[in-house]
Amino acid sequence: MKWLLGSNLHMTEAQQSFTFSRRAFFLGATQIGIGTLLAARMGWLAVAENEKYSLLAESNRVSLQILPPRRGWIVDRKGRPIALNKTAFRVDLIPDRLLDKDAVIGQLQQIMRLTPEDVARVHADLKKAYGFQPVPVAENVDWETFAAVSLRTPDMPGVAPSEYFTRFYPEGASVAHLIGYVGAASAKDYETNRDPLLITPGFKIGKAGLEKTQEAVLRGAPGAKRTEVTARGKLVRDLATRPDVPGKTVKLTIDAGLQDFAGRRLGLESGSAVVLDCQTGGILALASMPAFDPNSFSDGIGRLEWKMLQEDDHIPMLNKAMQGLYPPGSTVKPAAALALLQAGVDPEEVVVCNGGYRLGNRTFRCLGRHGPMTMRHALMKSCNTYFYAMGRRIGYDRIAPVARLLGMGQEFDLPMPSQRYGTVPDSAWKMRKFEKPWSQSDTLNATIGQGYVQASPLQLAVLAARIASGKHLEPYLIAGQQKPVRPLDIPADHLAIVREGMDLVVNGDGTAVASRLPLPDIRMAGKTGTAQVRKIAGAQRGQSGAWKYRDHGLFVFFTPVEAPRYAGAVVIEHGMGGARAAAPVAKSMMTYLFDPARAMEELTALEANWGGDVNTRMARKAAAWKSAGNSSEAAKAGAQGSVDDAEVRQSTQEGAAAPTPVNRDAAAVPEPETATNPVSPASLRPTTANPPTGTPQP
Amino acid sequence: MSDSVIPTALRQLPWRLLALLIGVAAFGAIILYSAAGGSLTPWATSHVVRFSIFLIMAMIMARIPETTYARLALPGYFIVLILLIGVELIGAIGGGSQRWLDLGYIRLQPSELMKLMIVLATARFYAMLPAGEIRKWTAIWPPLVLLGLPFLLVLIQPDLGTASMIAIGGLTIMFLAGIPLRLFIGAGVIGAAALPVIYSVLHEYQKKRVLIFLNPETDALGAGYHITQSKIAIGSGGIFGKGFLNGTQSHLDYLPEGHTDFVFATMAEEWGLVGGLAVITAFVLIGRWGLNVANRANSRFGRLTAAGLSMTIFYYVTINLLMVMGLAPVVGIPLPLVSHGGTAMLTVMLCLGVLMSIDRHNRVQRGL
Repeated sequence: MKWLLGSNLHMTEAQQSFTFSRRAFFLGATQIGIGTLLAARMGWLAVAENEKYSLLAESNRVSLQILPPRRGWIVDRKGRPIALNKTAFRVDLIPDRLLDKDAVIGQLQQIMRLTPEDVARVHADLKKAYGFQPVPVAENVDWETFAAVSLRTPDMPGVAPSEYFTRFYPEGASVAHLIGYVGAASAKDYETNRDPLLITPGFKIGKAGLEKTQEAVLRGAPGAKRTEVTARGKLVRDLATRPDVPGKTVKLTIDAGLQDFAGRRLGLESGSAVVLDCQTGGILALASMPAFDPNSFSDGIGRLEWKMLQEDDHIPMLNKAMQGLYPPGSTVKPAAALALLQAGVDPEEVVVCNGGYRLGNRTFRCLGRHGPMTMRHALMKSCNTYFYAMGRRIGYDRIAPVARLLGMGQEFDLPMPSQRYGTVPDSAWKMRKFEKPWSQSDTLNATIGQGYVQASPLQLAVLAARIASGKHLEPYLIAGQQKPVRPLDIPADHLAIVREGMDLVVNGDGTAVASRLPLPDIRMAGKTGTAQVRKIAGAQRGQSGAWKYRDHGLFVFFTPVEAPRYAGAVVIEHGMGGARAAAPVAKSMMTYLFDPARAMEELTALEANWGGDVNTRMARKAAAWKSAGNSSEAAKAGAQGSVDDAEVRQSTQEGAAAPTPVNRDAAAVPEPETATNPVSPASLRPTTANPPTGTPQP
Repeated sequence: MSDSVIPTALRQLPWRLLALLIGVAAFGAIILYSAAGGSLTPWATSHVVRFSIFLIMAMIMARIPETTYARLALPGYFIVLILLIGVELIGAIGGGSQRWLDLGYIRLQPSELMKLMIVLATARFYAMLPAGEIRKWTAIWPPLVLLGLPFLLVLIQPDLGTASMIAIGGLTIMFLAGIPLRLFIGAGVIGAAALPVIYSVLHEYQKKRVLIFLNPETDALGAGYHITQSKIAIGSGGIFGKGFLNGTQSHLDYLPEGHTDFVFATMAEEWGLVGGLAVITAFVLIGRWGLNVANRANSRFGRLTAAGLSMTIFYYVTINLLMVMGLAPVVGIPLPLVSHGGTAMLTVMLCLGVLMSIDRHNRVQRGL
């Protein structure tokens, strides 16, 4: 014990006093030492780290709010807006600031009358959300609801009501595929480009169509609003505001009136219509139906609506005018005729049609027994026999270059996300693709636009426009971006003969006389086409039975015949005949261009039969789809959150890969024929899959 | 001296100390005026009023002879100890963590009074202990019991900050009384070794405070928020500060407790390093004055008490400033004379009252 307490057991008072002085001095030194330490620490914070902490204090104090730029308008050739902006209100949740998620969402549900579906979606989205990324509760809310939420925000931390611009497409579904739509940037967009603008609530970027390709022009530059805020987010005062620079207007060659008319006129069909300006190549209309409502995309599409679009066998998400590929059928006969003329065939030479053409021991049938046919008459009547015979004479390798010259198989330089350019086959192509030589029956099939031949409606419209104008027109969409136009490398007299034939189709004794324009002085010329979807099964012949096996109806046209101003193409999927389904649409569109009042009157009457205009029908369809046993799906859909952007992109691309039932069908890519052609009927059987027919014209 | 026109009573006042106290308290009032957003209410006026009352009280205490304090030290200690136990019982019955007795106009925290009483009682013990006994166990265990009882009572309240200050107050007196140095060093080593054990018995919120103190940025929006925001306030103030009423951290509510525990940060943001050095210097000078009083004291009780109380005030300031600057965990100790709130000011003014009494006693004796 003693060692602990020390040996000096007898301490005197003097010694004690001395010890005290020493120890008190030590404590005094400690006081000064700690005082110095504190002073040094403070100096370190306030001087050495002053800059760092000043910045932190400043970022505490100042809240930088990005003002999203107003998106540029998209207007038509006359300046009529196709895509514009509306002021709207929205409510978001900021996950970072959300303290009591369930309570806040519960409160919002009451104030905003959210459906259980909405609530489930918000919960699901919150789970996926990053802290910095606002989760939308509702967009486009009405003013009363917005005001009610705004009033209560101090009690609901994490709720951010705001005013924003929403994209508005007055024409709705009619412009869907052309213009595309806008949507909130995805997390992936933000990861690749760390622009804070992308995660600003209400900011939308182009996701499809022109909205996507013209993003750079349309976007503009954001403004910034600096405000002083308290720790609780209460605004103290505005500091400075830099206004946004609105995006620029994009002016199109489109005629908004015609575009809308075309979309509406396609009606209940699944199809597309393209109209070009024959002088410049400007695209006046590029419609594809059925479509989606781009307005509902711009506010974020619901999973349910998305599901409905996905499950529709008419593929509303596909821009059929550019991405749909079809066997063009008889609509390519004008190209074949030009090739014949180029090869020196006398247009007056007569081929007698006895209802078919024999190749070896096989008969390629015509749809009628047309008797003696010259070139003009063969075009008028769409006589397969004439083209079988003449095509075989010159060979398809001399027809293919003309088809290509007229735009088939070509990709056009257009500001659209994707287009497909189909196939113009020839012997080299077949050898490359199937390692089989070209056969005579390939020639017969290709000459009448069946077999390997595939084209998009846009290409067919270009074909019509080039024949009509005699110019090598290139289609374009943005006003002022016309491509140089050079004369078509085809003699004028050849073109004149083909135009005469096409004139007769509508105005003579042809296949589309029913679609003669109801105008006194203006004539439309055209060529019908009916394309088989699959091999002929018995007597069905693609004219009845299940919708997806019916023939496609096609029509190419130009107006007026004497001095063409407009040319185009209409393709009605499974419309059963060009004359029956496609030509009337062309007739209506051309009527609209010369006498809009009359055309609208007719359209209104048609729509009355169809059950209202396209937007009314779509709304009704959505409602019916929702109620038809999908209410349980609705809740499930809500629980999965909103449609992911990647999901949309993926499925539209899937659609592009297999655009129409025709491409999934055996008939579209026929089995190659055996090299030595006419052998046994058994070996020939498969080649009937290679449809030996032309057009079952009435 | 008799020819002076100034009365002896006035001349004998420790004017330098009073100037320091009034200066610090007035500065405190200015800071509280700013913390309230440029308003005398709710803090600045009551701060001044309270300080004035306590100052008068301290000056009255100064006139009470040192021997009276010596006589009352141990009885006073036991009364406060009983109060502490009473508070514990009331707290246990009430089911809450009440730490005060409501005396109507003021809520009295016995634990605050204990900071003063432990110094007086321990000093009294050593004053009574014969000089020869100092190296014996009888010099060690009674003070340990004296400080151990209130320490444990306050610790279970739970109030780690106050409990530590009580313990440090008692230990300071033991140190000054001449307990062998090796005991302090040995205890320090054992204490350091026992830290993990102590940590394990801490309350959850106390553990959290320690962890956040060690790394405040990990929880910058949660419990580390206090330290982070306080450092931002001090750091952004720079050398000369942002100017009176221009502090953004305090005025925009980023700085929590800007008028109580973190009042120094509020001050530093607006007055900068200059203001901070002024406050630190003032408190060092007050401490020095206290230790000078101790060195001049004639009695052993006076010496030990004066030095102990001086250190108590100093601990108050130190713990608060270390906390505010991010060098110590957040323990809820205010800055005396500056922070709004009566308790800390009362304790410090009581300490100063006793100190002035000892000082007066010294002068009177010298004057004789």
